[in-house]
Amino acid sequence: MTDTVSLYDQFQALHAERNSGREGWLKDIREAAFNTFTELGFPTIKREDWKYTNVLPFLKEEFQVEQLHSVAFPATISDESIAGLDAHIIVLQNGRLTNAPKIKGVKIATINDAVDLGGAEEYLAKSIPVEKHPFAALNTALFEDGIVIEIEKNVQVDKPLHIIHTYNSLEAAFVQPRILVISHKHSHADIIETTKVLSNYTLFSNSVTEVYVKENAQLNHYVLQSEPATSRFVSFRQATQEKDSLYNNYTFTMPGAALVRNNLIAALKGTNVETHMFGLYLASDNQLIDNHTSVEHQQPNCFSNELYKGVLKDTSKAIFSGRIHVFQDAQKTNAFQQNNNLLLSDKATVDSKPQLEIYADDVKCSHGSTAGSFNKESLFYLQSRGIGEATARNMLVAAFAFDVTSKVKIPALRAHIEHLIEHNLTENYD
Amino acid sequence: MLTINNLQASVEDKQILKGINLQVNAGEVHAIMGPNGSGKSSLASVLTGRSQYEVNGGEVTFEGKDLLDMSPEDRAREGVFLAFQYPVEIPGVSNINFLRTAMNEIRAYRNLPPLDAKEFLKLSRERQKLVEFDAQLVNRSLNEGFSGGEKKRNEIFQLAMLEPKLSILDETDSGLDIDALRIVSNGVNKLRSKDNAFIVITHYQRLLEYIVPDFVHVLYNGRIVKSGTKELALELEERGYDWLKEPFESESI
Ligand SMILES: Nc1ncnc2c1ncn2[C@@H]1O[C@H](COP(=O)(O)OP(=O)(O)O)[C@@H](O)[C@H]1O
Ligand SMILES: [Mg+2]
Repeated sequence: MTDTVSLYDQFQALHAERNSGREGWLKDIREAAFNTFTELGFPTIKREDWKYTNVLPFLKEEFQVEQLHSVAFPATISDESIAGLDAHIIVLQNGRLTNAPKIKGVKIATINDAVDLGGAEEYLAKSIPVEKHPFAALNTALFEDGIVIEIEKNVQVDKPLHIIHTYNSLEAAFVQPRILVISHKHSHADIIETTKVLSNYTLFSNSVTEVYVKENAQLNHYVLQSEPATSRFVSFRQATQEKDSLYNNYTFTMPGAALVRNNLIAALKGTNVETHMFGLYLASDNQLIDNHTSVEHQQPNCFSNELYKGVLKDTSKAIFSGRIHVFQDAQKTNAFQQNNNLLLSDKATVDSKPQLEIYADDVKCSHGSTAGSFNKESLFYLQSRGIGEATARNMLVAAFAFDVTSKVKIPALRAHIEHLIEHNLTENYD
Repeated sequence: MLTINNLQASVEDKQILKGINLQVNAGEVHAIMGPNGSGKSSLASVLTGRSQYEVNGGEVTFEGKDLLDMSPEDRAREGVFLAFQYPVEIPGVSNINFLRTAMNEIRAYRNLPPLDAKEFLKLSRERQKLVEFDAQLVNRSLNEGFSGGEKKRNEIFQLAMLEPKLSILDETDSGLDIDALRIVSNGVNKLRSKDNAFIVITHYQRLLEYIVPDFVHVLYNGRIVKSGTKELALELEERGYDWLKEPFESESI
């Protein structure tokens, strides 16, 4: 821990400063979260859920941890939108909302404004298990601001909401973005998150996204991660679902960021809930991509399906940990999980770990995980028709990814992702 | 067109081809027959460059070039085509996009511009008809969930699209009912010309009633033990292979 002591000291100073003179519910939450973080510390590989991912080396740097909102940003980011995508664009600069488009049936506000108006109290940090997630505790204690998106009751949002996270700094920076999404009853929305890192300095992002999907609401949540190698991304996302709701999470991680650790939790707190988790990660160079997911079946008659696929090049490393937790009351649960990995290099490694904890007896559960290299027969078949080896390999990678990419329901986004896959793999294989 | 001279090859240290000699000229159809395990598919694999096979003797020239020196894709681009005995299923690769990629890579190799979408579609429709290949299958994933017969027809559809100089058909007839056999054979016959050649590997002389060969060879235990004209196929049908086996069995002991 000695190496992260000064970073901890910075956080503690920040915490003291933030909370001095403030009163109210948020202060209490932050106080408790900071105490939790102090107790837990940054996670080491001694923790079961961080066994394969040593985050400490990524924290040994002099980070700027505050005043990031005052960093200047270039005037336009319009070129960061996805070609052909018709969406409401919401830009965040180092986690702060800069423009809030007016959208019928959708309320968008900064968290600080929402807190002042009392709107966020019912939701903010209300259901996330910070005691198990040191980074989420840290974010909860210290996030500077963030956004709240509320999809109002019965509203079908006309276009996807495209959140563009932009980051800039004049030195290494530690940012803590915070997003709260509430899909009210019977609403229907698509959210797309993409990221653009502008500076060449190290960026450590510790984000928390809380999602509430209320009764009979539907939310498609797309997360596209394609950051430069100078960045490290630790994310915590939790969807809390009420009865008859549908939450689909799609997480695409492209080659880039030296470290990606995604924690994704779906808490199924009502009956007849449906949840899908689709993931595709392409790892290259020395990248470490770690997806920890958890589906908590708390009530009967719910359905969850998870499909994560990975393509690994070079000396990259991937970790998949998928937990399915079926509570005693959750009879008639259907829960499926699959993780498949395609290793394009014999120096790439993957650790795939399903974790089933089933306490109900009338359930259908299955899981499977595979890791393998190219099917030689398929490769030969394509080559025997005149297709060059590199092209043939790209076709097979795209085919491998197809099960996931084909689930993307927004054509422009799907085309964009397919293009990224092709672009990222049209290089030499070893 | 194709000259095979004393070709020897092994797989996993097991000698499979033990000195094959064969000359195929433009305009000819050669049938290769022989019992299971004699090395017919292995010969097709070696000619098309399957990497598991190690060539440990002999040479093969195709249109004056050293065929064995080329990558599998370059062999195809030079005009060699194999209709697989067991075509693979590749979920997620669309049949038609695959063919278009193949076609344009072959054209690029020959310094031809890519076919535009319209031309390609027109050609595809025309060739689908030739082998009565279901238009719905064209748009599906490559061979995924196809029946045995559909897979074989897809092979011939690809052959019709790519118009190779030398086509090797490896047991294209097995798994086909008589109607499908006729359709496939008709397709092949329409594609026959004085400029191309076929090597037809089969168990049964039935196919050779439809695709009439100029020459018939019997491959046994890694060697061509007998060659003749189409009458040889009939003789094999009547007498089986045993009369050809004996002398070589004793020799190899
Ligand atoms: N990949 C392989 N590994 C080991 N032996 C093989 C392999 N492929 C073929 N063989 C062997 O080579 C011999 C010839 O097989 P094959 O060429 O498929 O015969 P045919 O097509 O005439 O039935 C058989 O004994 C078969 O078992
Ligand atoms: Mg065979």
